[in-house]
Order: sequence, then structure tokens, then C-alpha cells
Amino acid sequence: MRIKTFKWTLYHLFVAAFSFLMLYPVIWLVMSSFKPSNLIFVTADSLLPDPWIWENYVTGWKGIGGHTFGTFIKNSLVLVVLGTVGAVLSSAVVAFGFARLQFFGRNFWFAIMMMTLMLPYEVVMVPQYILFSELGWLNTILPIVVPAYFGHAFFIFLLVQFIRSIPTELDEAATIDGCGKFRLFTRIILPLVVPALATATIFSFYWRWEDLLGPVLYLNRPSQYPVSLALKMFLDNETVSNWGAMFAMSVVSLIPVFILFFLCQKYIVEGISTSGLKA
Amino acid sequence: MNASGWRRHLTGYAFISPFIIGFLAFTLIPVAASLYLSFTDYDLFSRPRWVGLDNFADLFFRDSKFWQSVKVTFIYVVFSVPLRLAFALFIAMLLNVSTRGIGLYRTLLYLPSIIGGSVAVAIMWRNLFGDQGIINLLLTAVGLDAVRWFGNPTAALWMLIMLAVWQFGSSMLIFLAGLKNIPATYYEAASVDGAGPVRRFFRITLPLLSPVILFNTIMQTIAAFITFIPAYIITKGEGGPLDGTLLYSLYLFRKGFVFYHMGDASAMAWMLLLVVAILTAVLFATSKFWVHYESKGGQ
Repeated sequence: MRIKTFKWTLYHLFVAAFSFLMLYPVIWLVMSSFKPSNLIFVTADSLLPDPWIWENYVTGWKGIGGHTFGTFIKNSLVLVVLGTVGAVLSSAVVAFGFARLQFFGRNFWFAIMMMTLMLPYEVVMVPQYILFSELGWLNTILPIVVPAYFGHAFFIFLLVQFIRSIPTELDEAATIDGCGKFRLFTRIILPLVVPALATATIFSFYWRWEDLLGPVLYLNRPSQYPVSLALKMFLDNETVSNWGAMFAMSVVSLIPVFILFFLCQKYIVEGISTSGLKA
Repeated sequence: MNASGWRRHLTGYAFISPFIIGFLAFTLIPVAASLYLSFTDYDLFSRPRWVGLDNFADLFFRDSKFWQSVKVTFIYVVFSVPLRLAFALFIAMLLNVSTRGIGLYRTLLYLPSIIGGSVAVAIMWRNLFGDQGIINLLLTAVGLDAVRWFGNPTAALWMLIMLAVWQFGSSMLIFLAGLKNIPATYYEAASVDGAGPVRRFFRITLPLLSPVILFNTIMQTIAAFITFIPAYIITKGEGGPLDGTLLYSLYLFRKGFVFYHMGDASAMAWMLLLVVAILTAVLFATSKFWVHYESKGGQ
């Protein structure tokens, strides 16, 4: 018994130390954001700030080009909310079609959809840019938001798997009661797939919050910048060596991600382990 | 076909129509357009001019940066994918026990993978490896020489590889789910027969996990081939030093949106597509030799 306890203690010591080591960079980033800029690298070996200051958050929040970080967060939220609503709802509609309806060519289209999962974005990047510039959509959020409303292959796949696990007896009962396909979808299936919708929403949030390539390509005015692009601008002005402010705003950009992460553990783990969704 | 049959098919298509429209507008037509553009000279402002195979010939025979980006990307993929997967599997096996606090470890170790793609983390990574960063402090503390991570092309590339390996969390979760599906009785039976831990790993864990490993390898290889943000942020969009971190996607982006050589960029995009397609096909085709499916009766 003694030996067993000892082994477990050793196990916990090792795994805890390893977890700490893996998270050390993040902890270091957070702690450094409370240090004066000129001390961040001088005292890089000690984790605790001395003195502990808030100024970095104040100067960082002032932002760049006359726009505060509040503007960038608002811009990010607009992109995230509009894109996520579109991606999740449209994916649910498409997934219902694939999972529950019998029609000519269903397997063909499903195979096509699975193939688009593997398609590198680089292949469509240039023509899409030309298309959106022809449409006069440059410097608007439309090129980033509109494509979301046509379903996202990963989410469709996730939802199809989820819907298939729902017993079809429910559909049959509803159909006998005179329920059409659209009502079957909105009244019966949609409420039952809420957990999968939650998983899709969380991942969509992450991807869109972090997205940099879309904003780099399509948004050129600082007033339109999302958080990711604003941080990149901070970095490009690094010559001023205001690391403190840059670190502070990096931390701010991670706060929503952390909150969602700790609140929605269950859905995230589910999404990753069942369908290989990757953040 | 009768009326209700038509109705059935139309209903189906009505539901999947968002996908079909989006696929045509944002995928199929752009992919075809990109093939056409790869045979043209196009700068976004004047009309595309047909040049046949010139773009490909230029890239292959006159553009040393192209080969540099291919080389760098190849090294990045070959090291980051296996290292990350091996790391993920190791940690997953470590966490595949039932004891208190295991959920917390899983959460903490998964965190890097959730935030890893963000600009904030790229900025953090950049500063960890700076001349006065922690990594160099650590190296000098154990008596090694400090490395100029931003002055040495090889070191800079390894900085990116380490960032990729650090984000092992999502693969770890997929492996954990796979490990939980292996019946404990298999291990018990093997132990009774005198199989040690190494033998149990190679004879039970690895074969039974192989479908999951295949899936991970394909997805991660593709993801590694198109890595963009870390190289773009950490080297401030240049791919330096001495093009040491000029990953293929970054060079493609620079061709298109820094130099406005849309024809070259499209040619590079199509070559990337072919490589990804071939790789996926090869992985699937060879999978029957190394992927074990439970239903075959466990031979």
C-alpha cells in the first residue's frame, strides 16, 4: 500500500511539474504584462513583477492610429458574431439534409463536402480576392462574413454524425402527425442537437477571433481592425520597445478565449475527440 | 418518377443548397480560376496575359527562393508532425489512468493548443526566444551557449517547429479518446502471458490506435503544409533570417499580396493542392498495411 501511494505521489509530482512547464510561457506573458517595459527582459528569470504596475494596460488600451482597443474588440466581436451565427445555422440546415433526407446524389455531395475539408485555403485565396474586389467588397467585412452563411464542412460533418445518433422513431412519429420536413427540422431535430451546436459555436468563435489572414487581406483601415490585426500592428511598431503595452493587450486578447475555455470544457473535449475538430 | 418522388429530391436539395451554392461560388469556381491564372501573368490591375507554362518554369528554374521555401516547408513538416504526434501519444498514455485531478491536467495541457494559433501567442513565442528571452537564460544557466534564434536560419525554423510541437493538445485528446476504447482485458491477458510494457505498447496500443493515428497524420500534415500565422508574425512577414522561415504559404502570400504576382501565386497554390492530394492518397493507400481495424478479428 505504501509503495502504491508513493508511486502515485511521484506520478502527480511529475505530471503537475510537466503541466507547469508547458504553461510557463503563458504565465510568463501574463506576469510580464504587469512589469515596467524596461524591466521585462532584465527580470525575465523571475516570474513575479516587482513593482507590480497597471500602466501597461492603460497605455495599451489607447491603441494605435487614434483607435482604442475597445474599437478593435468591438470589430472582432462583430466578425465573430455575424460569422458564427451564419456558419452554425447554415451548417445545421445542410447537416439535416445529409443526415435525414433521401435524395438523388446525396452521397456524391457528401463526398464533395468531405473533400473540401482537405482543401488548402491558399488555392482559393487569389480568385476569391479577385471576386470580392470585383463585387466592391474590399474594405468591408463582407468577404469575411458572407462565405460563413453557406455552411462549414467541419461543422456539417460534426452535426451529421450527431443527428444520425438520434433515433428515427421520432421523425416517423412526427411525420405521421403531419409534420413536414422543415417543421421536423426546426421542432424536433434542432432542439436535440443543441450540444453539437454549442461545440460548433465555440470552435467558430475561436477560429474567427484568431483569424488574421482574412483581415490582413480585406481590411485596410485601422478603424476596421479586429484584435488580431491590431496586435500585429503593435508588433510592427515594436521599435518603440513598449513591450509592456503589447504584452498587456496580448493578454486582453486571450481573456475571452480563456473564459470560454474554462466554461465550456465539456463541449470542447467532445468536439475534439469525436470529430477531430482542431482549434 | 412520380410527383412525391420529385418533391422528396427537391426537399433534399433545398436543405443542402447553401452548401452547393457556397461550394460553387467560393470553392469550385475559384479553384478553376486559380488553375487558369497559373498560366497567366496577372497583377490585379491589368488583364491577365496568357503565358503558358512560364510561371512554372520561372519558379522551377529561375527562382531560388521557391526552392528555399519548399525546403523549409519540407523540414518543418517532417519534424513538426511526427514530433507533435509522438509527444501527444506519450502524454495521452500518461494521462490514461483514473486518479484524482486527471481532468485538471488534461485541461491544462490542452490549453496551449486552444490559444496556439493566435497572434498573442506568436508574439509571446517571439519574445521567449529573443536574445534576452527565457530560453537563452535557460541555455546559459545550464552552461550552454545562448542561441541567436533570429540570426540563424536553422535556429529560427526550429523555433517554429517547437511552437507546433507545443500545441500537442488536440491530438492528445483524440488519442485519449482512442486509448479509452481499448478494452483493459487485452492488457490483462497480455500481462498474464508475460508481455512487458514495451511489448504491450507495440502489440496492443499501437495497432489498436492506428486508425486514429492515420486520421491525425493526414490532418496534421495538411495543416503543417499550410502553416502561415506563426511564420508571418514571428518573422514580421518576411520569412527571415535569410529566408530560413519562408514557409511555402508565406512565400505564396508574399508572391500574391506583396509583389502582386498573382500568376505565380496561383501556380504555387496549384502545386500545393497537388502535393496535398497526393499525400492524402498515399497515406490512405498505404494505410491498409499499418492500420488495424477491430472488425477484421484482431490479426
